[in-house]
Amino acid sequence: MKISDQNSYWKTNLKYLAILLTIWFVVSYGFGIILVDELNTIRMGGFKLGFWFAQQGSIYVFTILIFVYIRLMNKLDKKYNLDS
Amino acid sequence: MDLQTWTWILVGITFTLYIGIAIWSRAGSTKEFYVAGGGVSPLANGLATAADWMSAASFISMAGIISFNGYDGSVYLMGWTGGYVLLALLLAPYLRKFGKFTVPDFIGDRYYSNVARIVAVFCALIVSFTYVAGQMRGVGLVFSRFLEVDINTGVIIGMIIVLFYAVLGGMKGITYTQVAQYCVLIFAFMVPAIFISVQMTGNPIPQIGFGGQDANGVYLLDKLDGLHRDLGFAEYTSGSKSKLDVFFITAALMVGTAGLPHVIVRFFTVKKVSDARKSAGWALLFIMILYTTAPAIAVFSRTNMIETVNNQEYKNMPDWFTTWEETGLLSFNDKNNDGKIQYLADTSKNELIVDKDIMVLANPEIAGLPNWVIALVAAGALAAALSTAAGLLLVISASVSHDLIKKMMKPDISEKGELVAARLSAVVAVCVAGYFGINPPDFVAATVALAFGLAAASFFPAIILGIFTKKMNKEGAISGMVVGIVVMLFYMLKFKFDWFGGGTKEDWWFGISPEGFGTVAMIINFTVSIIISKFTPEPPKEVQEIVANIRIPSGAGNAIH
Repeated sequence: MKISDQNSYWKTNLKYLAILLTIWFVVSYGFGIILVDELNTIRMGGFKLGFWFAQQGSIYVFTILIFVYIRLMNKLDKKYNLDS
Repeated sequence: MDLQTWTWILVGITFTLYIGIAIWSRAGSTKEFYVAGGGVSPLANGLATAADWMSAASFISMAGIISFNGYDGSVYLMGWTGGYVLLALLLAPYLRKFGKFTVPDFIGDRYYSNVARIVAVFCALIVSFTYVAGQMRGVGLVFSRFLEVDINTGVIIGMIIVLFYAVLGGMKGITYTQVAQYCVLIFAFMVPAIFISVQMTGNPIPQIGFGGQDANGVYLLDKLDGLHRDLGFAEYTSGSKSKLDVFFITAALMVGTAGLPHVIVRFFTVKKVSDARKSAGWALLFIMILYTTAPAIAVFSRTNMIETVNNQEYKNMPDWFTTWEETGLLSFNDKNNDGKIQYLADTSKNELIVDKDIMVLANPEIAGLPNWVIALVAAGALAAALSTAAGLLLVISASVSHDLIKKMMKPDISEKGELVAARLSAVVAVCVAGYFGINPPDFVAATVALAFGLAAASFFPAIILGIFTKKMNKEGAISGMVVGIVVMLFYMLKFKFDWFGGGTKEDWWFGISPEGFGTVAMIINFTVSIIISKFTPEPPKEVQEIVANIRIPSGAGNAIH
């Protein structure tokens, strides 16, 4: 694998990480902790929204994030022929 | 059939299953012993990781803690799941590509130093031992409550079972028993949850049910908030911890999860890098099922308990009340002599003390579910405790036989000799764990939560910097790890054990609790490592090439010595 390919592969990986970890931070620390009181004024059925993010929503999003990452990286590996 | 017969039957069947798997999957080489031969499928590894991760604390205590702390309990839910995102994105793929057997292996090789390796072994042993003692205690507790044997006999039975499959099968045996244990524990956790959800809200999905309405059309969470207000507790959905502390505890638990050696090592057992990513996804999916159900159980059991006991005649209490009183985990003291139970936040008037560990174990009894469901919960709790104990014991034995003996003391040891050493260290580790299970030191309960802080303060920065910066050198990493773990130990000893003058809540630095301090220690570790590395020589060329190499997933090959 060429050095330039290695670098662009790594850069794309870092870009994915930055995007996914931002979402990770926003749903847990953002919605579940920092903004919890504001979101609690909004209701979703029997749940206050901030409470729901802290005890349910963040966990669902975490799981989805990992599966999105798996998909993105499998595609990237294919593009650079690294999926041996 | 009575409860005890059901429990013996279910526990007997599951234990026979674990032993059968152990005999079928004996380890024949060190590679099988440390990393199950390196060919575990991502799905099986995901199941095993989930069982490995979910301990007696997740199964027995977590829903109870949430039940008593409401919103504040969210730190465990977010902290113990969010760490998997970090594992999948920042650690697992690269460590798998690196292709070694243990975490100290990575630290020692990446930082080209045996000092770094020893520091890592030391951290791995502290973290794993504090954790394993709690598991053996959990085994004893379940035995004593449901099978009416002595708590110590329970610990010994648990030791023999773990000894059998961990020593015989190593990682290979552990992996496949953990797959079975996941199935047992999740079934045992979900069945009562579904039953109770239907009973209380008419919805079979607990995750939706606890946001639903009761028979009178009142939202369950509103009802519970109301009950809490009436009894003087903080509102269930709001909690009482400071935001800053909630933030720091969540972060410490997440980062600690990602730094726990017994979790990381599971990603060494798969064939290739993409499989390591996939297993992390499967693992979190399987963990999610239990972790999103636990807060529902917390709400159901809290409401149920308050309604069953508060302001009711003591003499009308159901059978479970007296059975749990006998264990000492539930106690009633009729302070105003009115024959009724007053459950209040005000400790001078409160007459009922409930241990948080009861909530999951007693929940099916409180809800009046059939005996086989209660027995199932006992078998599930045992599966959770045994699977985690086995994973931790393997880390301890590999640290001794591989990192200490093979890598440092006696590099010319034969394959066979190393395997014998691994098995012997597993035996010693089981005995030490059993000893702590029978004679639990007071610090066990306090330190299990802190094990995460220690992992966050030591391993996480060293591994992240080792992957994401080529220039991080041994001087930086070692000083970071040492300063991180020392600061963390200092804070924990000062505020948890009253050393160095002790201190109360008011003295906490920036109002951060010892549980949340791991985050601060981690930041200190990162800062120290980066500053020191700027003033010391760069790592050698070949080490920088290793770093470039682990970033590319192809050609992961087999785990090698």
